[in-house]
Amino acid sequence: MAKTEDQATMSKIGKPPLPAPDEGIPASEVQLYANRVRVYPRAVHGIARNIKWAILILCLAVYYITPWIRWDRGEGRPNQAILLDMSHERFYIFGLTYWPDDIYLLTGALILAAVGLFLVTSLAGRIWCGYACPQTVWTDLFMWVERLIEGDRNARMKRDAGPATLDKAWRKVAKHAAWVGIAFWTGGAWIMYYVDAPSVTVQFWTGQASREVYFFTGLFTVFTYVLAGWAREQVCTYMCPWPRFQASMLDEQSFIVTYQKWRGEPRGKGRRDAEGLVGGQKLGDCIDCNACVNVCPTGIDIRDGVQLACINCGLCVDACNEIMTKAGRPKWLILWDTLARQDAKAAGRHERIHLLRPRTLIYVTALLLATSVMGAALAMRSHVNLAVLHDRAPLFVKVRDGSIRNAYTLKVSNKTDAPASFALVLGGLQGGSMALSDEAERPVPALNLDVPRDAIGTFRVLVYGAPARLADGSMNVSFTLRNTATGESTEVSSVFMGPPK
Amino acid sequence: MAENNAAGEKDSVTGRHTTGHEWDGLKELNTPLPKWWFWTFVATVVWGIGYAIAYPSVPWINTYFPGVLGYSQRNVVTAEVKALEAQRAGVMQKLKAVPLEEVKKDEALYVVAMTAGRVTFAENCRACHGAGGEGRPGYPALAGDAWIWGGKLADIQQSIVYGIRSAHPETRMSQMPKFGADGILKAEEIDQVSDYVMVFYRPGAPALPGAAKGETVYAENCAVCHGDKGEGKRELGAPALRSSVHLYGDTRAAVRAQIVNPKQGVMPAWNARLDEATIRAVTLYVHGLGGGE
Repeated sequence: MAKTEDQATMSKIGKPPLPAPDEGIPASEVQLYANRVRVYPRAVHGIARNIKWAILILCLAVYYITPWIRWDRGEGRPNQAILLDMSHERFYIFGLTYWPDDIYLLTGALILAAVGLFLVTSLAGRIWCGYACPQTVWTDLFMWVERLIEGDRNARMKRDAGPATLDKAWRKVAKHAAWVGIAFWTGGAWIMYYVDAPSVTVQFWTGQASREVYFFTGLFTVFTYVLAGWAREQVCTYMCPWPRFQASMLDEQSFIVTYQKWRGEPRGKGRRDAEGLVGGQKLGDCIDCNACVNVCPTGIDIRDGVQLACINCGLCVDACNEIMTKAGRPKWLILWDTLARQDAKAAGRHERIHLLRPRTLIYVTALLLATSVMGAALAMRSHVNLAVLHDRAPLFVKVRDGSIRNAYTLKVSNKTDAPASFALVLGGLQGGSMALSDEAERPVPALNLDVPRDAIGTFRVLVYGAPARLADGSMNVSFTLRNTATGESTEVSSVFMGPPK
Repeated sequence: MAENNAAGEKDSVTGRHTTGHEWDGLKELNTPLPKWWFWTFVATVVWGIGYAIAYPSVPWINTYFPGVLGYSQRNVVTAEVKALEAQRAGVMQKLKAVPLEEVKKDEALYVVAMTAGRVTFAENCRACHGAGGEGRPGYPALAGDAWIWGGKLADIQQSIVYGIRSAHPETRMSQMPKFGADGILKAEEIDQVSDYVMVFYRPGAPALPGAAKGETVYAENCAVCHGDKGEGKRELGAPALRSSVHLYGDTRAAVRAQIVNPKQGVMPAWNARLDEATIRAVTLYVHGLGGGE
C-alpha cells in the first residue's frame, strides 16, 4: 500500500507511536479481539546482550544477597542491614531507622526515582525497561532456563508444533519445575526484607513462620512464575502503564534503538556486489533476514520505527551486527541513535548530539532540587518529636483554690538508640505548674519525662494556672522538650483555656 | 467475535481498520484486545456470580438472600465478642483480686483497667458527669479536685457501688434540712446567712451587709456539718463552702435557694448493673481523670 502524505507526516519524529497498519487483512476478517502470538526469542551474542547479562547478574545478586547483610544495632535490636519491619513500624536501612512519621522521606525517594527515570528516558529511551526492570530481568532469566532445557528458537518452535512425545513431556515438566523453583526462591527472598532473614529461613522450613510469611512467599512465587514464565511481553505491552506515557518523555533528541531506514531500504535478500546491486537492482543493506524480529523479546519489528512495545533492549542491534558481519556489510544498521540525527543522515547532513536541551535541563534541575530537599530533610531529621493534644472534654476544670486546670496528652518520640530523659518546660503561662495525671504529686514548674530508646512515651499532663486575663477564654502557651543527654530540643505551642475574663 | 460492516473501513492516516464506532465523526481505530484479557474479565464475572451465590447478596423486601455458605457478619461478631470475653476473663479476674492501689504497679493490668474504665464511663457515667468528667450544675465534676464524699480510690469505689441517696440500704446518705421550706429559719436569717456564705465563696471581696449577723446564724445551724470555717465534712457528705467549686452554682441566689429548699441529687447504686471488676476499672479511670487523691 502506498504511503499517503498524512502517513508520512504522522510517522515523523515526536509523534506518538502508532500501531502497524493492518496490511493485507481482508475487511471481513478484522477482529476486535486478538489471539496471542507466541514469541520465541532466539539467543543472540553481542554488546547489548553482554550488558544485559551483567546487569541481570548484578540485580539478582543485589536482590538475593541484600537481606543477608548484617548491621550491628546493639542488644535487642534487629541486626539486619535492610529490614522493613512492618509489625514494629520501623524501617531499618543500615545506620538509619525510619519511623512512620518519616514517611515523607519515602515519598521523596519515590519522587527522586520518578524524575530520575524521566531523565534517563529523555536521554536514552526506555533503557530501564530493557535492562533493569524486574519484569525484564526475571523474564530474561526464565528464557535462559527455557533455552537450556528446550533449546533455541527453532528447536522450541518445532517441538511445540509437533506431536506430544516423551521428550517434549520431560522437557516441559523440567522447565516449569525450574521456573517454579526460581519463583519460589524469589518469593522467599522477598519476605526476607520484612522479617529477619536467618530466623525466617529456619522458621519457614520448620513450619513456625507466621501465616503472612507463607502467604506472601506463595503470592510472590505465583506472580513471578506467571509474569516471567507466561505473561512476559504481555506485561510490557498491555499491563504496564509506563509504555503508555513514555512517549511524552521521548523527543527527537533521545537515544533510542533505531533502524537506519535510509541505509537499509529498499530491503531485499541476496549478496550485494561492490555497488550494492543485486541482479542489477539497487538495494539497501537490509537483507530482510528477520534476525532482528527473531531475537526480539517482545516480538516486534524494529524496522517499523519507534513503537509502544519496544523496550529498547538492543538485542536486535546485536542480531543485526552478526548478520551484517556475515554479509560483509558495515555493522550498526540498527543502532542507538536519535531521530533527529537519523533525519539528518538520511538527508546527507551531520547533526550534533544534544544532551543539554530544555527537557533534560528541567529534569536535571528537578532532580537536583529534589535531592537537596531530601538531603536537607534527612540531615535535619529530628530525633525528638513532641505532639501535644489538648483535652477536648473538659476544655478546662476549675479547682478548689480558684485556679484553672487544663489537661494535655503529650506524645514524646525518642528516636535515638539510648533511653532518654526529657525536661519539659511550660512557657507563656505566668506561675503555671504541671503534674502528671497518674502521679498524685504537687504541681511543679518543670517535669522530667523518661522515654525508652526507640519508643514513644505518652503522658497526660495537667497544667494549673490562674491567668489574670483570658480574653477569649484562651491564651497561647508552649511546651519545650529537651533531651537532657543530647541537648536536642523542640517546642510546640498549644492553648490554655478557661472562663473568659 | 463481533463483526461489523463499518469495521471494513480503513483509516487513511494509519492504514488501520476502524471498529465501526463513530462519535460526531470521530472514528475509533481497531486495536484488538488480547483474548486472555477478555477471558480474565469473563473470569471475574464468573467469580462475582459465585460470590453472590456463596455469600449474602441479593436484598429482598424484608430480608435478603443469605448465601449458601450461611455466612453472617452478626454471627462473626458474636463469636468474636465471646472469644474476647474468654480472653479477658483472666485479666478481669486479676483486676478483682489485686488491691486497687496496687493495680497501677502492674502496667499491663493498669492499661486494661483504664481502657475498660474509659468505655464503661462513656456508656454509663457521661450522661450526667460529662464526657471528660467535667460535671455540670447538680452533677459533680469528677475531673476536678472538689470531692463531696472523698477522692481516694476506696471513696470513689464506694460511691459507685452503693450510690448516693440511692435505693440501696448501704447508700451514702446526707440530707440538708429545708431551712426555709420547713420554717427552721426566718427569711431574714436566711438572707443574713446567705450573705455570710458568700464570704467563703468570694474570699477577698467586700462582705455583704448581712454577713456579720449571718455568722451567728451559720455557727448555730450550719457549722455542725459544713465546718466552722466552711471546710465541709466528707464523712457526712457536707460539701466544702470555702472553695471555688460549687455543685449548685456560684451566685448568692443559688446559695439562698439551696438553704430555703435544698436540691438533693441522686446517684444510683451501680453494683446491680456493673460487675465488680468493671466497677474497679471505672473507679481507677475516674481517679485518673485528674482529681484523684
